[in-house]
Amino acid sequence: MSKQRPSRRAFLGLAGAAAASSLHPAARAQTTGAIRDLGDTPSDYGRPSPFEDSRRWSRAPDATASSSNTPLADLEGIVTPSGLHFERHHTGVPAIDPDTHRLTIHGLVDRPFVFTMDDLVRMSSVSRFHFIECSGNSAREWSPAGAPNVQLSHGLASCSEWTGVLLADLLDEVGVRPEASWIVAEGADAGLMSRSVPLERALDDVMIAYGQNGEAVRPEQGYPLRLLVPGCEGSISVKWLRRIEVAHMPSMARDETSKYTDLLPDGKARQFTLVMDAKSVITRPSGEQKLDRPGFCEIRGLAWSGRGTISRVEVSTDGGESWTDAEIEGPRHAKAFTRFRSTWRWDGGRHVLMSRATDDTGYVQPTLAALLEARGRSTIYHNNRIKAWEVQESGEVTNAEA
Amino acid sequence: MPKRSWLSAFALLIVSGAAFAADSERTGLGSEPTAEELGAAGYTVFPDGKGLPAGSGTVSEGKAVYQQSCAACHGRNAEGDEAAALVGGRDSLTSERPRKTVESYWPYATTLWDYIRRSMPYESPGLLTDSEIYAVVAHLLHLGGVVGEDAVLDEETLSKVEMPNRDGFVPDDRPDTD
Repeated sequence: MSKQRPSRRAFLGLAGAAAASSLHPAARAQTTGAIRDLGDTPSDYGRPSPFEDSRRWSRAPDATASSSNTPLADLEGIVTPSGLHFERHHTGVPAIDPDTHRLTIHGLVDRPFVFTMDDLVRMSSVSRFHFIECSGNSAREWSPAGAPNVQLSHGLASCSEWTGVLLADLLDEVGVRPEASWIVAEGADAGLMSRSVPLERALDDVMIAYGQNGEAVRPEQGYPLRLLVPGCEGSISVKWLRRIEVAHMPSMARDETSKYTDLLPDGKARQFTLVMDAKSVITRPSGEQKLDRPGFCEIRGLAWSGRGTISRVEVSTDGGESWTDAEIEGPRHAKAFTRFRSTWRWDGGRHVLMSRATDDTGYVQPTLAALLEARGRSTIYHNNRIKAWEVQESGEVTNAEA
Repeated sequence: MPKRSWLSAFALLIVSGAAFAADSERTGLGSEPTAEELGAAGYTVFPDGKGLPAGSGTVSEGKAVYQQSCAACHGRNAEGDEAAALVGGRDSLTSERPRKTVESYWPYATTLWDYIRRSMPYESPGLLTDSEIYAVVAHLLHLGGVVGEDAVLDEETLSKVEMPNRDGFVPDDRPDTD
């Protein structure tokens, strides 16, 4: 190794000399100054730079915690790094050996079947970008007080490239009987989490996913196998999937009756409100960030809709008095995060920043007032209100209504 | 070759060809479980009672189970403590502070049985026997004024219990904003 160093340095020195004439004097000093240390050798699994500090946030990082939020303000593009994907589980993350894991499909089928992970990986596969959003995301935003930053206000949403088998293909294998109208999915967590999915949706774009962002699905996301119901509230994408029963009715599980239902002013509750409506939020500048001086500042954020693609995002810098179309970066995947950008020059004054998404069904993201008018004050889930951040004269960014 | 047998041979070819086509569309991956394997894979309980296993429990048996395994978190009389209140709250659903409990909100008694079987007690799901679950459901529904003191719940009677909020749910009618 020590013998190789001089020749390597000589080579770099030559290359540096050839390029040096066009370099800034400081850079030139750097290439001709003190002897430099070699960097790290290759590693078996790369990690973010030690200078980066992106991390999930959890309300109670102890045994009682059951969720953590994605740091949306730290992220670019549309993919959430797997290690920063939000978590929500009801009885902890199980450790499952894929060699012994099985998926059983039975019930109203011609042939009950059991699949190993090897069986599933051998089948025709699809890879698709989809967001997952907990229907309790933005629950704090029902109150004007709201959350101080976008990780807390919108961080129960993430987006990955998921790889797996279409459930429709698996249901073809087992043969669904004509009297079937629902499927019931069950996880292998301690609490055997269970949700019912209408058969019509199950035969549409629902996936059985074993891949996430190019590698195996992370344990917190259901390793080795999860149901993925695109565009729908996250809890229906049952993780650690072990069993699917094809059925004549929903099971009316606790998490589709007692929870994840929406109580209206007349005392009736909406049930199976599965689709996540169009939503957007500005991630930069956003709460608890600070602009160090006036001048150019790109406004950027994320938009998504459980009904299809995002067709338009508008941005306001005056609290909704006027709106301009943001640039939407393609490709626009259906039921996936979509990145929007809008150029802005901060004049140093007080500004309220908002974004408003429209999807390809024509649905327009509503205000908090419109949601409260339609649903009253007792709903918990499905808050897709327009979110406002306030840039103060100091450059500090706060929740506009705090 | 007589015409008739030629035709039937042709028909047989079509049938076997169709069978081959159907087979080739299936991957042949996976395996058909034995009855024993299928039984061990688990089951779902439905609101019409389908899936409920044999067993039975009374209100008084359920009180003992509840005090032993549930009261520490849900309160002595299921009024709620660290964990949710399970009774009370009737007629609160239209108020400013709705109290959504098993008694006031849950539409099916089978859901309570199913959820306890899956997920309770929180620290040790799977602890209770099927009959203990019937019993503790009977106790809770009695505390909530849904069944009488002499109720016996089993795989036949549980799905016939009429929960107070049975008709409290409506389908998704969104979008609901302009």
